[in-house]
Amino acid sequence: MTLWFWIIVACVVAFLTKLLGYLVPRKWLTNARVARVAGTLTIGLLAALTVANTVSTGQHLVLDSRLGALVAAAIALWLRAPFLLVVVAGAAAAAGLRLLGLP
Amino acid sequence: MPTTLRESPGARVGLSIAVATGLYGISFGALSVASGLDVWQTAVLSLLLFSGGSQFAFIGVIGGGGSPVAAASAAALLGIRNAVYGMQLNALLHPRGWLRLASAQVTIDESLATSTGQSDPVEQKRGFWVAGLGIFVLWNVFTLVGALAGDALGDPKQWGLDGAAVAAFLGLLWPRLRSREAGATAAVCALATVLAVPAVPPGVPILVAAAVAGAIGWFGYRQGPEGEGLEPDVDPYPGADSSTDSSGRRPRS
Repeated sequence: MTLWFWIIVACVVAFLTKLLGYLVPRKWLTNARVARVAGTLTIGLLAALTVANTVSTGQHLVLDSRLGALVAAAIALWLRAPFLLVVVAGAAAAAGLRLLGLP
Repeated sequence: MPTTLRESPGARVGLSIAVATGLYGISFGALSVASGLDVWQTAVLSLLLFSGGSQFAFIGVIGGGGSPVAAASAAALLGIRNAVYGMQLNALLHPRGWLRLASAQVTIDESLATSTGQSDPVEQKRGFWVAGLGIFVLWNVFTLVGALAGDALGDPKQWGLDGAAVAAFLGLLWPRLRSREAGATAAVCALATVLAVPAVPPGVPILVAAAVAGAIGWFGYRQGPEGEGLEPDVDPYPGADSSTDSSGRRPRS
């Protein structure tokens, strides 16, 4: 039930954030510092989510097949593969390394 | 003189971006179910939250054992850029009344990029609505397909779905790493995450990194181009801009 509650909270907050852009005076959001914080937040959060999903298991740092998925995804992105193919490459690398006996 | 909708360049680009983006709703649906949400919860995220990065952030935190509060916080913070997009689109399209609510809901990276890539006001409007509504419909359909397929798969690890999540986040980050400043921000936040993992409960390291990123943006705002990282994660117009190479990616500075 708590999960449902926070899903709805996240949805409401997301919509109000989008709507805010349509309602506030233009000057406020064209402020260079505000725009820059919005930009670094986006980069920082995505970097953190990438790393946390690669090396953390609970509160432990673990190196396992997910590291192979990260490398495979990076290679696919380097080769300019479309998003869906990048995701498949990550899954295939992790599943393949596990078949070979890696954790 | 505006062209007919059939020949409209804005609608055409919007449609192709809608198909490409809508399709990867499959990966969101499958990963969401693998991270422990049920099919309904997954469908609600795509219907109401409707912002790829924030949706992946929510399930990424839950999948890593984080609390729902941390998941909602990460999703909310990642959605802040949409307010900046909304401001830009409001200046371009001036929606009024209930249209304003509808445009807010479909304000995402792809609809902004399609719209701002057009110079004619009619085409800007067509591009925005075709991309926004097209992605909304297809993203929700393919989320459901992915969620039902993921539900039937069984053990997500055996299929490498945890690796797929890693790849998805790198795929969302990659197009934003266009400058040295962006790369440095990503590296510092990645390091902060690694240091925080053993120290705080799951999910919280993401918020620690967000605080670090916010501080970098706030105190370091003099250097670097304005709006770093706010380029949408897609480029519907590869090669159209003189500052991009043929792939649509700007050369690294």
